[in-house]
Amino acid sequence: MKTHRQSLIEVFARPLVLFVVGLTGLVGALLADGLWDGLGAALVGTAVVAIVWARIRASKA
Amino acid sequence: MKPDTIRAWSVVHTWSSLISTLFLLMLCLTGLPLVFSHELNHWLLDEPWQPARPGEVLSLDAVMTTALARHPGDVPAFLSFDEDRPVVNVTSRAPDAPAGQYNFQPIDRTSGEAAPLVAGHPLVEFLLQLHTDMFLGLPGMLFLGLMGLMLVAATVSGIVLYAPFMRRLPYGTLRLNRTARTRWLDWHNLAGATTAAWVLVVGLTGVVNTLATPILAVWKDTALADLARTYGAPAPVGQRASLDAAVERARAALPGRTLQFVAFPGTEYTTDHHYAVFFHGDTPLTRHLTTPALIDVRTGQLAAVAEPPWYVTTLGLSQPLHFGDYGGMGLKLVWATLDLITIVILGSGLYLWIARRRRGRA
Repeated sequence: MKTHRQSLIEVFARPLVLFVVGLTGLVGALLADGLWDGLGAALVGTAVVAIVWARIRASKA
Repeated sequence: MKPDTIRAWSVVHTWSSLISTLFLLMLCLTGLPLVFSHELNHWLLDEPWQPARPGEVLSLDAVMTTALARHPGDVPAFLSFDEDRPVVNVTSRAPDAPAGQYNFQPIDRTSGEAAPLVAGHPLVEFLLQLHTDMFLGLPGMLFLGLMGLMLVAATVSGIVLYAPFMRRLPYGTLRLNRTARTRWLDWHNLAGATTAAWVLVVGLTGVVNTLATPILAVWKDTALADLARTYGAPAPVGQRASLDAAVERARAALPGRTLQFVAFPGTEYTTDHHYAVFFHGDTPLTRHLTTPALIDVRTGQLAAVAEPPWYVTTLGLSQPLHFGDYGGMGLKLVWATLDLITIVILGSGLYLWIARRRRGRA
């Protein structure tokens, strides 16, 4: 599980992507209706998917 | 990062969390059902109901007369409109009633008869009150706002501390077969780093919402003070211009918007001398932004359109972003799940602090 010493960019790459995706969903669903209602929930929900993904991967390891 | 810098951020993270955790847990636990307050109210209160005379529409003046006749002596305070049924909600109060004590009547606009309540079930109201101010009024509200700022400080310091903790661990690491302390540390880091955007948005908008009372007071003082200055004694209820005419006059000043509610003279949303007729927009964004037209209660003439300043707009947009009620059931379910994950972050953080203290003592 231990890896090499990561750079700051490596450490924050995925949390930063999740932050931007989540924020896009939060604001997008507020700015537009229709398609954006579902899309907003999906984008904000990526955080939940990421945690479930980590849990599944951990039990396989 | 230097060890001293890490230690300083660690102190911020520990103390901002310790001070606020108990209150944040309460907010998460009460907030969870409140995400579904619209559904809960419908489910707890709903009874089959049809308007008595479909197609007919009573004037607002007639509705007010009917409503006030049921509470003799009351003065009108607010009038609001249900979105999905022809029902007008009349809020009135006895002139000598304690502050905040109102009579609330949903009225069938086709007949003037009482309509069943579909909002404000006592259980939902209890949770909302606990969540908003813990039954302590403005001081309770501002205190919870301070706890919200603690949450923001804990989140920001948590993000900073994520770097030194995760230098040698890839994102998503969960060491499930290690000690409880390591397991919960991994869960804490994963959940915190993953949900930061939502936690910060809900935390910051929650803080803004706790400032609603001062924000509206400042707006009233700055925007409405000039309007009220030229008047003498307030006009008594019997000598007021027609409410229907006032609403029509306001609608002409703000065309293409939806009538939301009317504040009567003497209440906190207007002066002693004006009907404030509030409209909201029809686009997803402007639906949360209300603009009042002020109508002179003696003459029925338009006195002003009070376009909200930036701080009132900020408050208006902070409400949906905090409640999560702006993107359908899908978004509400995500909101509830992220609320539960936040409880895990708070619980694991508390556990890690206790575990570290125990280890330090041993």
